[in-house]
Amino acid sequence: MNRVLGDWRAITILLGPALLVYTLVMLVPIFWSLGYTVFEGNPILGFTFVGFDNFAQLFTDPKVGDALWFTIRYAVVLTLLQVLFGYGLALIYVFWLRKASGVIRTLAFFPVVLPTVAVALLFQELFKIAPVQGLVNDILNVFGIASVDWFASSATAFWVMIFMDLWRSMGFYAVLLYAGLVDIPDDIFESARLDGASGFRLVWHIVIPLSLPVLLSSIIFSINGTLKVFDSILALTGGGPGNTTTPLTLYMFQTSFTYGEYGFGSTIALLLTVLCLVVTIFIFQSNRRDLTKD
Amino acid sequence: MTTARTKASRLAFFGAAIGVTTLALTSCAGGGEAAAPTEFSYLSFAENTSIQDTLTTLSEDSCAAENDALPLKVSTQPQASYDQQLQLLAGQNALPSLFASGNSPQVAKDLQTGDKLVDIAAELDDLDAADDILPAARSTIEALYGGEVFVLPTELNVEGIWYNKAIFAELGIEEPTTWDELTDAAATLNEAGVIPFSADGQDGWPLTRLVGNYLYRSLGPDALQKVADGDAELTDPEYVEAAAAVAELGAAGYFGPSVGSIDYMTAVNQFLTGQAGMFYMGSWILANFNDEAQNQIGADNIGFMPFPEIEGGAGSSDQLAANVGVPLAMSQESFNDETAAWLGCIAENFGSESLGSQGVITGFATNTPVEGLPPLTEMIQEKIAATEQSVLWFEALFDAKAATTSQSNASQLVTGAISPEEFMGLVQADLK
Repeated sequence: MNRVLGDWRAITILLGPALLVYTLVMLVPIFWSLGYTVFEGNPILGFTFVGFDNFAQLFTDPKVGDALWFTIRYAVVLTLLQVLFGYGLALIYVFWLRKASGVIRTLAFFPVVLPTVAVALLFQELFKIAPVQGLVNDILNVFGIASVDWFASSATAFWVMIFMDLWRSMGFYAVLLYAGLVDIPDDIFESARLDGASGFRLVWHIVIPLSLPVLLSSIIFSINGTLKVFDSILALTGGGPGNTTTPLTLYMFQTSFTYGEYGFGSTIALLLTVLCLVVTIFIFQSNRRDLTKD
Repeated sequence: MTTARTKASRLAFFGAAIGVTTLALTSCAGGGEAAAPTEFSYLSFAENTSIQDTLTTLSEDSCAAENDALPLKVSTQPQASYDQQLQLLAGQNALPSLFASGNSPQVAKDLQTGDKLVDIAAELDDLDAADDILPAARSTIEALYGGEVFVLPTELNVEGIWYNKAIFAELGIEEPTTWDELTDAAATLNEAGVIPFSADGQDGWPLTRLVGNYLYRSLGPDALQKVADGDAELTDPEYVEAAAAVAELGAAGYFGPSVGSIDYMTAVNQFLTGQAGMFYMGSWILANFNDEAQNQIGADNIGFMPFPEIEGGAGSSDQLAANVGVPLAMSQESFNDETAAWLGCIAENFGSESLGSQGVITGFATNTPVEGLPPLTEMIQEKIAATEQSVLWFEALFDAKAATTSQSNASQLVTGAISPEEFMGLVQADLK
């Protein structure tokens, strides 16, 4: 094996095709898109070099600010909720359901495999008010509460969106965190219990510190996924009402492809990339100690 | 092998990889000289079937000779991603021979600026077929495209308020001729438990059409041209007044509950099942009205009135809002004698064929008379013939960004989520 891995020709033959494909479909478009940030135009009218005008526009276009604020709000709230609920489910699997958790894990994981657009259409039906009202409003009526037009206000639309994505994704985080929890040796728990730790104290002092690496990975997965949310919002609200539920990704898409402003769209994409990078670095920096080495 | 030679080999490998990549990308980029077309390609909105059906019938009948020389080939693209497809094809000099010209007039203007389109007016003059485009359609096209004619009018629609005659008679409402009479009629309908206006708030444009019409009636037919020319702004008080008037309709509940949740077909159904008294819509809706399966209130029971006048306003209710449906453009790149023959045949026969088989009134002359038309269609034909001056719609002269902002915020305007000043300010901010 060492001979193969030390042979330049073998490396070329084994990695070359994959590297070429990766370069073509990943690296070239990234750098191409980066190049567009200093141009303005579209394929019909051609492109003109505008220097840093697109970057200046980032600070003057109020829709960028709105989209950035929505993206951050959505990412923070959903990350907190999906990791929290995922972790809660994982704890239930390990400490309460134990070996009988298979069916519950499958049920909780089931929404993860459903197509996003199908889930969004399902939630539209559940929460709709006209022309025929959905199940949620029917239930509210049973309790004497008036029907709510959930998608008419940005506040209610936001929480429907959060609820939908939480339902859709918490099973994934539950399984991810469950894998981290089952790796903790049983004798540690037994020792802790002998020392008098139980319930919340056991979770706080033993379970959380020992599952911190996988918890950290979950947060990074989640924050990056939620910062780049696109399809579920497009299918559920289309970014409305108005542009009050438009994240950066959707605004970038509209700018580039609906308005034909490829340069500014690429600049918004760059802003999103930098945002993801900064958040990831921040999370890593805030927890530099490698707990797996202790 | 020495270290130097190893490095050279590596460099050669990466050089080759970059070369292959560049070649692959270059081959994708296109941009070469286009060969003569082997087919008369037509790219359509997937959602619009009437134009492709009419063209297919023409290819088998009136335009069979042209079809033998250059066979018609229809392809479609969903309307939502249509403009992207056009940009891609235009960038590669691969536009089809004939195509729907995009979601907004600005797309066709950009294509024209890029010298991609056939000058339809000049070519029809050469073919001695200039009279095949009706004067009303020509003037609408000229108003939309800065005085030029580089698209074909596959429809000629007028817009106005359709109303349920039986409900009006039952409640003693006369056909309103002024804005005040219209709001009084709406109040009467509302008190009687009938939704005054059926409206598609999900798409927004049927609501902004009301704002546009109000502006044309209050400020005159050049109201929005002034905005496009930079001589006025939507945030000027007289413009905000139009948005405020429409917002008041919403505040009074005249669009029914949850207008933002109503889509196009639901709005149509509300009117055709007698739930709503009035419905602002273009004459393309005749296809639904003339369909007995959809129309439960009966075609005889539907009246049409122009958008009413504003007292003291500079506009007149004789000036109906008009459009040319899905305008078709032709690619300069693939235009030759055979595609010119197709253009001549379409101009001569499209109007009669579309009216006869689809019931669609077009901007082409009906060179072969069509008998037995439904009364509503005949009535609209008379309205079109009697219209001496038409006006456009609210977003007609806006770019895609401002048009999207306008339509996506319309339901917020009528639900009171944003003020009329905010609505007009948002749209104005997106106008270049």
